[in-house]
Amino acid sequence: MAQKKGGKSAASDDPEELARTPLQAVLLADTFNLKFRPITLERPKVLLPLVNTPMIDYTLAWLESVGVEEVFLFCCAHAEQVKEYIGNSHWGQSHAGFSITTIESNFSMSAGDALRFIEGKNVIRGDFILITGDTISNMSLTEALQAHKDRRKKDPDTVMTMFVKRSKPMPLTHQTRLGNDEIMMAIDPETKQLLYYEDRFDSSKRAVTLDKSLLADNASLYLRTDLEDCYIDICSPEVLTIFLDNFDYQHLRRHFVKGLLHDDIMGKKIYTHEIDSSYTARVDNYRSYDTISKDIIQRWSFPLVPDVLYAGNRAQMRLQREGIYKAPDVTLSPSVRIGAFTAIGSATIIGENSSVSNSVIGELCTIGRNVSIDGCYIWDNVTIEDGCRLSHSIVCDGVHLHAGATLEPGVILSFKVEVGQNITVPAYSKVSLLPQPSKQDSDEELEYADTNSGVIDSPSIASISPANIEHDHVSSFDTEQSVLLEGGLSGVGYIWTSCETGNEEEWRYSVAPIPEEKLKEFYAKMFDEDESSSDGEQTGITHSGELISESKSTDFDDSDGEYKGDVAKFEKEVEETFERALGGVAEENVQLEINSLRMSFNVTHAECAGAVFQSVIKSAIITSNSSKSNLLKATIDAIERSKGLLSYFITNVDEEIEVILKFEEMCMEITREFAPIFSSVLHQLYDKEVITEDAILKWESEKADADESDKVFVKQSEAFLKWLKEAPEEDDEDE
Amino acid sequence: MPDVADFIRKLQRRRIEGSHATARQTAELLRSVVSQTRMPYTNQAAALLDSVRAVGEQLIAANPVELAVGNIVRRVLHIIREEDLSSSAVSFEGLMISEKSDDEEDVDQKGGPVLSAAAVAAAARSTLRPRSLQTLLEDGPTPAVPSKSSSAGDSEGKSKSDKSTMGKRLKHSVIEAINLLIEEIDDCYEDISEQAVEHIHQNEVILTLGRSKTVKEFLYAAKQKNRSFRVFVAEGAPRYQGHVLAKELIQKGLETTVITDSAIFAMISRVNMVIVGAHAIMANGGVIAPVGMNMLALAAQRHAVPFVVVAGSHKLCPLYPHNPEVLLNELKSPSELIDFGEFSDCMDFGAHGGAPLMHVVNPTFDYVPPNLISLFITDTGGHNAAHMYKLIADYYSADDLVIKRKSTSSN
Repeated sequence: MAQKKGGKSAASDDPEELARTPLQAVLLADTFNLKFRPITLERPKVLLPLVNTPMIDYTLAWLESVGVEEVFLFCCAHAEQVKEYIGNSHWGQSHAGFSITTIESNFSMSAGDALRFIEGKNVIRGDFILITGDTISNMSLTEALQAHKDRRKKDPDTVMTMFVKRSKPMPLTHQTRLGNDEIMMAIDPETKQLLYYEDRFDSSKRAVTLDKSLLADNASLYLRTDLEDCYIDICSPEVLTIFLDNFDYQHLRRHFVKGLLHDDIMGKKIYTHEIDSSYTARVDNYRSYDTISKDIIQRWSFPLVPDVLYAGNRAQMRLQREGIYKAPDVTLSPSVRIGAFTAIGSATIIGENSSVSNSVIGELCTIGRNVSIDGCYIWDNVTIEDGCRLSHSIVCDGVHLHAGATLEPGVILSFKVEVGQNITVPAYSKVSLLPQPSKQDSDEELEYADTNSGVIDSPSIASISPANIEHDHVSSFDTEQSVLLEGGLSGVGYIWTSCETGNEEEWRYSVAPIPEEKLKEFYAKMFDEDESSSDGEQTGITHSGELISESKSTDFDDSDGEYKGDVAKFEKEVEETFERALGGVAEENVQLEINSLRMSFNVTHAECAGAVFQSVIKSAIITSNSSKSNLLKATIDAIERSKGLLSYFITNVDEEIEVILKFEEMCMEITREFAPIFSSVLHQLYDKEVITEDAILKWESEKADADESDKVFVKQSEAFLKWLKEAPEEDDEDE
Repeated sequence: MPDVADFIRKLQRRRIEGSHATARQTAELLRSVVSQTRMPYTNQAAALLDSVRAVGEQLIAANPVELAVGNIVRRVLHIIREEDLSSSAVSFEGLMISEKSDDEEDVDQKGGPVLSAAAVAAAARSTLRPRSLQTLLEDGPTPAVPSKSSSAGDSEGKSKSDKSTMGKRLKHSVIEAINLLIEEIDDCYEDISEQAVEHIHQNEVILTLGRSKTVKEFLYAAKQKNRSFRVFVAEGAPRYQGHVLAKELIQKGLETTVITDSAIFAMISRVNMVIVGAHAIMANGGVIAPVGMNMLALAAQRHAVPFVVVAGSHKLCPLYPHNPEVLLNELKSPSELIDFGEFSDCMDFGAHGGAPLMHVVNPTFDYVPPNLISLFITDTGGHNAAHMYKLIADYYSADDLVIKRKSTSSN
């Protein structure tokens, strides 16, 4: 109430806004992605329970608390369910803090489409809040709204204020705690204008490409990767028209924000507002579902916490010690162990010797004896029989786990799935009564199953499940194994193959924590990177440091010097490897070792070939005394010995030339002993087919223009060259 | 009733905070509930009680931690019972008088003045509440309760009128009484701070914690009476309301020192008296107060410094802290303690097997047991902690302690 009044008085100060428009909000009750499939096939995401309260309740409660007076609820997928829910809840009634209007469109495939549709309805009269129905927040809007209005007065090109929140990404996986990718933003430190936005920023590269004008036009700017996009925006009505004009804008951030930032012509400006202490987060994937649930249980979202925010018909949960939320009518056997930070909904029964920790259990669930539940989200009306083990899974309404079933981390069981006796559902599998659409069609932005997939006509479970059971007993669906049915008992459901991300990336967005091995792997990788490129740090960006655009010229010199040093180091390494190889290491292993050296020092193939050759020649010196003929013999032996190795690394003309040049260089500088026998060795190399005729001739022609001093060896091998030139002619004559 | 739903929502969303505001608004809401209740011909009091109880139950459930709501609901229920008794006593007495007037003539003359209806009502009231020391003392020398006598006096004449007007009168008198209650809530600061000079003496050092409006008014009042004294304000982490209080005190020209909560023990030896506000006073004389208060009370006890709690009578809760209905505490958002952004990497649920190692707990209240409290100052004067239950008995009737429609519907 206080905020509302504040807003009113602020507006009345302003003569332009005497005809005050009520604060409006556009709430998108559809997320236009598939991240919550298969659950979202049957129920819209905004109605999924988050600590036993549908997500949309959190969003609406926040909108009410900030004094929004009109809410336009945009529904697309499962519009009927959303409308029904709103109609039955207290939100739809007259005494709610705001009026709520549902806008329904079945043809919208993206947020862009939705906003274009709303534009067409002509209902937005002033600045509005754009939010999705899966956002949890307790921040105050007054300040940001005022700031937005002030900016609008100064500069009518201001179209949007974006809310961002500080949140450090995990250094190992480069993802935020909500499972999103790191975001790179450039923000003007004075005006908080957003200058650059990249949501697919890969900080592992340690480099970022910015438009030159960005640095030229702005005296200073912050480049930050420790911000999280809250997906709450204060928009001006122009936003809708921009969407209308750019009919290809679909995604709010990827298209709209980036589009505006890159487009200098329109000159529209976006500002950011950083939230300090209050909490804001969006449930975007299973990982964020897990994280936000835990945040709510730990009361970061106060007053939107389970013992305060509850609109259901059943008994409300109450907070007890150690962060345990329990409804008064829960039936627990005395031997049940409830761990900290757990919520148990009304009328749930838990049997003897079961243990529950870090989990949320819904209403009317029946849990048997000796069950262990860790880190799970169990929704309403779930039956879990004796001896089941569940860890880090989501179990939807009406699921039945028969005795002894095991859910490994990351399992999603959609509505009314049954798991047979003693069956283990493998990690990260998603099980649904509805079969997976055979192929992802182009309009994958839709949340509900498309009829094109040809498998189902209506999402009604009742009509399908009997057919499914039969189908499942006969054969497995698609290529997937019907793991659920191996026990021969009544398992019902299809296992979905992971569609978008592939199994490799499944852990990233899963409800389960990141496995230890993965973290170790990342840790090792990061350690390696640090080793090899610790010198390249100057291009790395500190988390919120100001980028200074000077000191660039010096950087290049440094790196050049570094580069030369690297090659010398590499040659030394190769030499050492080669010496060890003489001790009797198998040739393949030497090849492998040198190859890996080449990769780690990042030198070219030609340089590598040169280095190998040098090692071979040097090995000849070691084994010989200084007499000329002996040296030649030793060299020939060495070449003979390492012929395989040489031919492995010397594969094309360029590399051969490099070898000759290297040899020449050696003769002049390091190993002058070879100088007299240069042409003989060259001949030997030719004979042993290490170096081809083409390479030698090319070398000669390259040297043709060189100084006299450089031509010493060309002259020395003149006879050989001459013979080479004649030889092909002889060949020709032979034919 | 839309008002009720609106108020419940506000309570739920924690948009009304502070016992004073809550108490006042609850009383106003209940007044409108009473005035909107349709009165049947028989058993009118029961109808009123039921409707108030129905609303009261919802209000209490909306924010169980705000005990003032329950207190006011119980006060109103008590008012209805009292008014019902007095009006029925009046009518009964009226009949008695009219019938037996000739016979009793001589008795009147002998026994002094006629027992007025009001006196009967007062007697009835005293049967309603348990016999407390105070009521005994009150009833002994002066049989009539002066505040109520006027209304009861008017009613005497109309005692024989029909039942519908009587119903209206009951409702009317209940509303009157609720108005008195609202007035009392509004005036509680004045009533309490009138006593300030008796407690704060020249050149004393007063320590307080956090920010309580009652304490502020109390200190202002002493200052106005030209007492010169110094105030130490413990800041009251994590909300730091003590900072606000310090500012307000300085504007009134009070010499103020701000200390951290953790410095309380170090400073307490220099303090003459601790004066604090409370969230609620329980029936056993224990106090629910902002977090940190128990530490302060223990420190005061250790150094034998008087620990004085000032609170309006709307904070008197007839329940004991061990009652299951009492929600003693509320855990607020941890963001009052630490910056979420700074610690976000410590709370990554992706690592450490899904359970973060860091937890932040931010309780709002402390419970101070009665043995640590030297004195309560309410709008009716100073009281000992052990005396609280008797004071509570004056304000509430025992039947209303548990407000549940189902369980009390048999009454």
